Amino acid sequence: MTDAHDVLFRTLADPTRRGIFERLCLDGEQTVGALTIVAGVSQPAVSKHLGVLKQAGLVRDRQDGRQTHYSAQLNALAPLIDWTSRMAGFWEARFDNLEDLLNRMDQ
Amino acid sequence: MTSTETETRTVVVERDIAHPPEKLWRALTQPHLMEEWLMKNDFKPQVGHGFQLRGEWGGVLDCEVLALEPNKTLSYTWNHEHPDPAYALQSVVTFTLTPTPTGTHLRVEQAGFSPTQKQAYGGAHAGWKQFLGNLDQLLDRLD
Repeated sequence: MTDAHDVLFRTLADPTRRGIFERLCLDGEQTVGALTIVAGVSQPAVSKHLGVLKQAGLVRDRQDGRQTHYSAQLNALAPLIDWTSRMAGFWEARFDNLEDLLNRMDQ
Repeated sequence: MTSTETETRTVVVERDIAHPPEKLWRALTQPHLMEEWLMKNDFKPQVGHGFQLRGEWGGVLDCEVLALEPNKTLSYTWNHEHPDPAYALQSVVTFTLTPTPTGTHLRVEQAGFSPTQKQAYGGAHAGWKQFLGNLDQLLDRLD
């Protein structure tokens, strides 16, 4: 386990922080305000989490007037992922679909 | 075959399915059923048949049937060509069906290599939700 891994795991180990990161992955660029609405914690807390994510290279900020927009940096996760873990998730999800289909099929 | 470029890796996913092998076999080999759980395709249950799987994200997989034994095993190549090696993959997928008292034990094994294993996160748009689920589990194990 490298230092880079340690930083990523430590950063994403916090459920609130991971939730914010997931939101950015799924919905794209967001402001602190928009993230606060769904995060379930105060705006200063969200800002603090974003700071930690930014330090780990997991998010990037972009200033637009008075608003700061945050976006997920998926490349930062590259050290954690290879095609095998990706495909394992892929097959698990496809097997869910397959079971749904079999339940709908006639004998 | 031990260089970084050609190192083979294997993914195995298994599941007990509450349906008989014969029914599962239909879902694995009939194109209109394959489309419902896997991807759009022009599959034929015939060794040597070349076909494509077309993903919702626009990706195309080049496949060829390598082996099949009805209700038991099905194997085909699963290759993804891409100018960016981070997206490319050459692999073989093998489904094995074993009857159980309650249905079928389904096992899928995917073996192969990506030209750049370490950076190969490119197909992530195939399903970020799935990936994040994995990451969750990984993180849970680390606690």
